[in-house]
Amino acid sequence: MSDGDDERNQLKLKLVRAFSANVPHNKALGMRILDIQPAEAVFMLPYDAKLVGNPDTGVIHGGAITALLDGASGAAVFAALTDFVPIATLDLRIDYLRPAEAGHAVHARATCYKLTRNVAFTRAVAYHEDPDDPIAHSVGTFMLGTPTGQVKP
Amino acid sequence: MSLVERLTAAKQAHDFQALFDLIPYAKFLGLTAALEGDDLVTTMRYGEHLIGNPALPALHGGTLGALLESAAIFQLLWNAETIVLPKTITLTIDYLRSGAAVDTHARGIVTRHGRRVTNVRMEAWQTDRGTPVATAHAIFLVMRS
Repeated sequence: MSDGDDERNQLKLKLVRAFSANVPHNKALGMRILDIQPAEAVFMLPYDAKLVGNPDTGVIHGGAITALLDGASGAAVFAALTDFVPIATLDLRIDYLRPAEAGHAVHARATCYKLTRNVAFTRAVAYHEDPDDPIAHSVGTFMLGTPTGQVKP
Repeated sequence: MSLVERLTAAKQAHDFQALFDLIPYAKFLGLTAALEGDDLVTTMRYGEHLIGNPALPALHGGTLGALLESAAIFQLLWNAETIVLPKTITLTIDYLRSGAAVDTHARGIVTRHGRRVTNVRMEAWQTDRGTPVATAHAIFLVMRS
């Protein structure tokens, strides 16, 4: 790769990070973008009382983990693309492997492992500290180059 | 009182809001519920904090996933299919169209009532019930009395 390509790549990864950080729902959840590499993204969701799904245990709601996995997977797709095109999640399957622990941040590491002309394929894990001891695992597909017109209710 | 006990109380009083107010994440999303016949319809009131793509604008996929999962869990609790909070084993969401910046409704249909495991199909719609924005299916671990 020439220096020009490398610079362009670094700029692109910075743009992905800025774009993800500015998503209103990501901000509202308190999501942080820890790392963006080619075709890979690491997000972190700090523990917060507003995310609790079970007040008896203080464990965060599965929905917050869904949002984290969806967000990180989308960012991994952007980080895999050569040019920015709008994307849309086609489907996302999440397997919950064990309960999250109250009081601990959740990380998500997502990889875009295959790009075709129309579709991107992702996998991701959510974990507290150790990606080898995951809380949840997801696979997703994303449509590339979706229309950008106004969404009508 | 545990969450499930409080649900039973809310059910007897027909006071859904009391229950949703007990779950911080449901409150954060702006969830409410209403009975339509035997169906429990869960609604996510629109708020700017739910947006995933400000350019369109469109709801964040995570919010639709959370709404669908919540709708299924509330239906299971409402049906008294479980004496504990159902644990999600797996959840698959199909995103059919962008969610517009309006209220979104969802319901869960229990397709199998197992002793330990129950299967639920869910759908979410906005202005037209016949045009869902997302559908999902999920498998939950439950505990029968």
